[in-house]
Parts: sequence; C-alpha cells; structure tokens
Amino acid sequence: MDGEKIKRLEEKAREIRRHIIRMTGAAGSGHPGGSLSSADIVTALYFEVMRIDPKNPRWPDRDRFVLSKGHAAPVLYAALAERGFFPVEDLLTLRRLGSPLQGHPDMKKLPGVEMSTGSLGQGLACANGMALAARLDGRDYRVYVLLGDGEIQEGMVWEAAMAAAHYRLDNVTAFLDHNGLQIDGPVAKVMSVEPVAEKWRAFGWDVQVIDGHNMEEILQAVEKARAVRGKPQMIVAETVKGKGVSFMENMVEWHGVAPKPDEVERALAELA
Amino acid sequence: MRKIATRDAYGEALVELGRENPDVVVLDADLAKSTKTIEFAKHFPERFFDMGIAEQNMIGTAAGLAAAGKIPFCSTFAIFATGRAFEIIRNSVAYSRLNVKIAASHAGITVGEDGGSHQSVEDIALMRSLPNITVLVPADAVETRAAVRAAVQIQGPVYIRLGRPGVPVLHGDDFHFEPGRAVTMRGGNDATIIATGIMVATALEAAGLLEQEGIGVRVVNMHTIKPLDEEAVIAAARETGVIVTAEEHSVIGGLGGAVAEAVCARHPVPVYRVGVPDVFGESGKPGELLEKYGLTAAHLADKVREAVTKKVGR
Repeated sequence: MDGEKIKRLEEKAREIRRHIIRMTGAAGSGHPGGSLSSADIVTALYFEVMRIDPKNPRWPDRDRFVLSKGHAAPVLYAALAERGFFPVEDLLTLRRLGSPLQGHPDMKKLPGVEMSTGSLGQGLACANGMALAARLDGRDYRVYVLLGDGEIQEGMVWEAAMAAAHYRLDNVTAFLDHNGLQIDGPVAKVMSVEPVAEKWRAFGWDVQVIDGHNMEEILQAVEKARAVRGKPQMIVAETVKGKGVSFMENMVEWHGVAPKPDEVERALAELA
Repeated sequence: MRKIATRDAYGEALVELGRENPDVVVLDADLAKSTKTIEFAKHFPERFFDMGIAEQNMIGTAAGLAAAGKIPFCSTFAIFATGRAFEIIRNSVAYSRLNVKIAASHAGITVGEDGGSHQSVEDIALMRSLPNITVLVPADAVETRAAVRAAVQIQGPVYIRLGRPGVPVLHGDDFHFEPGRAVTMRGGNDATIIATGIMVATALEAAGLLEQEGIGVRVVNMHTIKPLDEEAVIAAARETGVIVTAEEHSVIGGLGGAVAEAVCARHPVPVYRVGVPDVFGESGKPGELLEKYGLTAAHLADKVREAVTKKVGR
C-alpha cells in the first residue's frame, strides 16, 4: 500500500485527536475516551474511503456514515470540519447553547451528520434502512456504521444484525470499536459481549478482526469488506480507549470526562 | 349501518398510495395479516419489509429509509408500536422530524379477548407527548383512507391509530379531511361531546338519546389529537358551557387531557372525561368491555346529563 497515503492519513488522525482534546477541553464535558479510540477508523472513512462531497452534503449518491455510538460526537465533528463541512473554528462551540455541535449528533443541526444518534443501540437499524433505500433506488452508495462494544449490549443491535443478514445488505459495513471499556468499568465485567466475532458470524455477517489503530489494516479491511457479496460486513477493530494520550489510555475514567486546561496542554504535547 | 374496520380501510389505502407514489414503503412486525399491510405486500412485494417480531428495529429501519427519501409506513399492534419502540420513535424519528408514518392497529380495549396485555390505552398519551408528531385517530373507514393520504402530505412523523373491529361508516364519499381541523358532526348549544376514533359514532348515538329529552348536544369529531384544534374546543366551551370528552383510551393523557389543558388555559368550563379509567383491561368481547368501562352511548348520555347541571353560572 502507498506509504505516503498511510503517512498522510496517520497525520490526519493525529490532527483529529488534537481537535477532540481541544473541543472537549473547551466544552468542559464530553467523551474523549471513545472518540480517541475510534479516531483512526473515522479518519480512514472520511479521508480515504467514503464518496462524499462537502459542498453538496445531501448528494443522493454519497456514502453514509452513522455514528451509532453517538457519544463519540467529537471525533465525527472533527472529521467533518477537517473535511470542510463547516469551519474548524466552530469545533470549539461543542456543547454550547445555540451550537449545531450538540452533545450527541443532530442531523437537523449540522451538515454532514447523517443520523441523529446518542441513545445507544439505534444506529445499525437506521443504517440498514438507508441500505434498503439504496437498493430500492438502484444506487450504489454504501453505508458505514460505527458501534461501541458496550453498545452492543442493547438488544436492538441484534435485531438489526439479524435483519441486515436476512435482507443480505452487502452495502452495509459496520465497525466495532472494541476498546473493552464502558462507563461502569470493563465491558467484560459489566456485561460481557464476548465472543464478539463469533456472535456476528453466527448472525450471518462477514467478520474481520483487525488492529483498529493500524491505518493500513483498516484500509485493507474496508477493501475486503467491499468485495463481499450477499452479506453485511463487520470489522471488529481492536482499539485502546483514549488512544494517543498516555494518561487517558485504557482508563475508564476518561469515558465521559473532559480534560482540564493543563491536561489539554499535556495531551496536545503528546499529540504534536 | 354499514360497518368496516379502520384497519381494513388502511390496507386498501396503502395499495392506492403504493400505486401513486413509488417512494411509499411498508414495514410490519409479523402481523401483516392482522394489520392488513399484507394487501400492500401482495401488490408491491419489493417495497414491503417484514421485520419479524422486532418493533424497535422496525422503527429504526424506517428512520433510515426516511433519511434516504422514502416514505415508510410501519404497522403492528398499537401496544408494541408505541410502547415497545417508544424511545426509538422519540430519538430516531421524532427528534429529527423524519418522515416516518406509524399506523398502529388493534388500539384500545376493542382488541378484546387478547386481554389487558394487548389493550393499548396509553398510546395517544405517549405519542402526543413527543414534539414534531402529528397524531391522527380516524373515526371510520372513510376518515381512515383520508388520514392515510393526508399522512403522506405531512412532512414529518405521523401516528395513525386504527382499530380491530368493524365500526359504522359515518362519512360520505365527499368527506373532506384536514389534519388539525375538527369536524362538527351535529350542532347543539346545551353541551358538547368531543369524541375521537370509534367513540364518534357512540357520541352521535348519545346525542340522539339526549335530543329526545330536549338537550341539544354538539358533537365534535376530533380526528387530530395533535395538533389539537383548539379553536373548536374553545368555541365549544364558550358556546355550550360544558364539555364531555369520549375516547377509547385512558382518561389520562389522551383526548380528554388535551382538551382539558386547552380549556383550562383559555376558557375554563367543566370538562368531563369519558374513557378507560386508570386501570388495565381484561379479556372479553369488545362490546362487553365497552360496557364494563363505560364507553357506551347510555353512559355517555348520563355523563352529559350530569355535566349540564354543573355548567358554570347555572
């Protein structure tokens, strides 16, 4: 694979991470941990994989991305801003009264947001609906969706998993941000979701397990997923919560707590 | 009088719409034969999706279809459509004002023998509490067809409440349906019954009984619970001095609640609510249940007689 491209994407992911730190720091609240863990996946999608046009956000043939784990809104906002959907300066209005950057994504307030999410477990069903619409309209766009590993404790996720396989939605590619932590502690302790790969496979999905911080692996997995016919695809991405900021990595405390000013400085220095 | 179930009219209306509008798609949750969406499925199999016994996923999928430009109609029994999937309706549909239509059948106690677990008497209250949703409760087959057509014209979520048993046909084919605009079914100045759904026919019957005693009752058909036709409500309060509401729904949070809220704020007069009292239902024949819970013309007439004596200033 093109080394220059990988380097460019890795640098972009670092910039996205810097935005996540700055935004949540400015907001004084938000979810840095799960935003950082999914930054490489989201960067790959928005800067290499997806067919989108920031100047025409409602273009009917665009690929769609549904952030089912909507509390990771900062990573989505950072990607959209960097991609040119709205000014980067606006990122600092996150969670402020009157801002289109709501605490969880709101499709009616911010261009580029494809589905309002945040209440966990709902995104995959919405992605399936978009994929069915693509089929009815004879359009070849694809729908990408990002789920959290704690999120798949919601029963509705499995209703949607079943339906995607039943309707053979091969235009749906899901990522599982498998960082192993949720608010109350390790996923394995709160309510184990293992074995995840086997579960999705048993539900009729094509499943790959990758290193979710290896840009090359992410891109290769997407390529392989696109070639799958007759099945939806799950890419289980092994990730680290808080990835890129040493004092946030694998710390459950950073699920939903914003960095204080000195912590912002330290984090940005690490991400420089 | 000719009787047709509103769900039958719904099934027919969907087929008509399917012919006219290629964006109309239909979803069901393993009840297509009961909800009558099976008619659409027969004509347009490629636009019909049975989602199995998974109501949350049905609504979420509809949200995605709507986000991609389709006009999905979702159907199942009212109890599951509004109860099981409530938070999905709230967050994936209403919050973003997505163009999802939920036409729920088997609402109210007239679902009958299935019993309290299946008798949805709180669906209007649930749907009415959500911003952006239009709540339609058609009174007969003609109104149902009109409501389904109107739902397609409305940009945004719509809840249509349908019933299981046949109900009298009240309207002629020239009936004009305007969402949010109540229909005065008959005039009268002594009291007003504001009724919705299958209780409109009952209200007309009650008004007929009272007419023989010289009590002139206005009957208002409130087919749209949200947005409520407040002007019709306030006119009734002002001109007749007392209101009795009638609905096959809990007395809490439905039509009666909506009318009382409007009257309290703008023109206080006594409002009496006839509906299912604050209890769960039970198994029985629809007629037996209507009798038990006081949803008959005789009971409604009694309530109006009582109400007239309590009119303000009399």
